[in-house]
Amino acid sequence: MKKIIFIGLGISLVLAIFLSPFASSSPDGLEKVGEGKGFMDKAESFIAGLIPDYAFPGIENEIIATALAGMIGVLIVFTLTYILTVVIKRKKQSQINK
Amino acid sequence: MHIPDGFLDAKTWISLSAISAGVVAISVARANKKLGEKHIPLMGIMSAFIFAAQMLNFPVAGGTSGHFMGGVLATILLGPFAGVLIMTTVLIVQCFIFGDGGITSLGANVFNMAVIGSVLGYLIYFTFYKIIKGKTGRFIGAFIAAWSSIVLAAGFCALELAISGTSPLKVTLTTMLGVHCIIGIGEAVITVAVISFVLATRSDLLELEKI
Repeated sequence: MKKIIFIGLGISLVLAIFLSPFASSSPDGLEKVGEGKGFMDKAESFIAGLIPDYAFPGIENEIIATALAGMIGVLIVFTLTYILTVVIKRKKQSQINK
Repeated sequence: MHIPDGFLDAKTWISLSAISAGVVAISVARANKKLGEKHIPLMGIMSAFIFAAQMLNFPVAGGTSGHFMGGVLATILLGPFAGVLIMTTVLIVQCFIFGDGGITSLGANVFNMAVIGSVLGYLIYFTFYKIIKGKTGRFIGAFIAAWSSIVLAAGFCALELAISGTSPLKVTLTTMLGVHCIIGIGEAVITVAVISFVLATRSDLLELEKI
């Protein structure tokens, strides 16, 4: 299982760090339709996020800013899901023990 | 397809948030009963992979881009309720850390991508897998379920925009479906590629109990 974690997390990190800076920056399907049909200007942002638009703030080099954002994102998502899953499972065992 | 703030009116986003919260609660309860030791790291890896792959926008026709969603991949490997939890976690991180998708529309995004993607995707996949069976069944089921998940999510998205009074259904539905019919092919190809990679390297992972 350790090997699977190593490979799975490794592939995810490689994608996020080395490929994400070269992803297409064209608008996505919804944005494109919104622009074409004139409702994109209704978009608001009530929450900017800590790392807005997948670019680590304060870094001028866009490639590095995106790569860093990708790396941090992968690690946060992995850790959060892992903790969440452990918590959900542990709750079950404590219920069995009662 | 992450809906930003401002696109949905209060009645729409509040209703969808309530529905999504309900489905997430059911998913937690299911995971609570069924989670095994092996599932834990795989849940984390699936989330990490989906997050990374969602960053990789690929160009589609006419100056538009699309990216992998992942709901069907998660559902095939870990089950529909695990898929809901994985997709929801990714969407929460994208919203709060990266400002991708609005906070008022988080429930709607969870509904479109996590609930539709994983739960409906699961039903479509297993319908085909039960009829055709074997490797071919897996691939055909994965392809159709993945493509459908994108098109269905886009359809629901257009419907939500119409109910909110943002853009009439007859204006948005066909264009949303049109673009996402193409993006869906990308989803299907990536989903089948990852499934075949897992089949070739660790086929036992596909036999894990589904959550």
